[in-house]
Amino acid sequence: MAGEASLVGKSYEPFEYEVGREKIREYAHVVGETNPVHFDAHAAHGAGFRAVVAPPMFAVVYSAGAVAPAMLDPAVGMNFAMIVHGGQEFAWSELVYAGDTITTTASVQDISVRGTMTFYVFESVSVNQDGLEVARGSWTNIERGG
Amino acid sequence: MNIRQGDPIPELRVTPDRYLPHRYAGASGDFNPIHIDPEFAKQVGLPSTILHGLYTMALVARANLAVAGGDPSALKRLSVQFRGMGLPEKEIVVRGTVREASGAGVVIDTEAEQDGTRIVRNAVAELAG
Repeated sequence: MAGEASLVGKSYEPFEYEVGREKIREYAHVVGETNPVHFDAHAAHGAGFRAVVAPPMFAVVYSAGAVAPAMLDPAVGMNFAMIVHGGQEFAWSELVYAGDTITTTASVQDISVRGTMTFYVFESVSVNQDGLEVARGSWTNIERGG
Repeated sequence: MNIRQGDPIPELRVTPDRYLPHRYAGASGDFNPIHIDPEFAKQVGLPSTILHGLYTMALVARANLAVAGGDPSALKRLSVQFRGMGLPEKEIVVRGTVREASGAGVVIDTEAEQDGTRIVRNAVAELAG
């Protein structure tokens, strides 16, 4: 059942994530990254980076803790048995490094009904410890059925 | 970047092994049982455990970053649509074509296909110029 349109703009408690080097290495290994700047501090320094660098899609790891409570909000009312992850977008700004603290705030960006499907779109905005934006995500979930 | 409008990007071919969704679950924190429990997956009508869409998106990101020599600062934006479902133990092919290339940046249309199904469609990547 579709949530209330008045929920659009509702934002949730910010979520803080400390970026660990081993977590970057684990993630980078699983998705098949090979650039040593994701694994080795010396290689990262040699390439001009201040520490091991997170791959762009590591945004999933530091922002999920902010987005999950929005998706689980009973007021939004997504029926998870009927939900598919329909689309995803990220826009990246500053790089994320091992040792950073990333704070992500999620909000309801849009809820719309098209035919028998309801589209729930959540936004996440992530900033680093200097207050600089690192990534902005748009998470689209599609609920099938009436 | 020496790349022009209409150029294909190098294909990325990956065959995730049967335990990849378990490792991705650990790396990402997404332990939805449709990705890690074959019995649960079958109960909800899936052929087997399925890949995380965001894993497939990470492959699309890699294929586009390769155009910039793997420089993680090059990828400025990536949007994707997930369709169908990705399965372990079958090859995924990521293909792309340069839509625009200028000093301001490069825009690449990308998709990921598995077994004749486009599991990621209408993906658009923007790389820094």
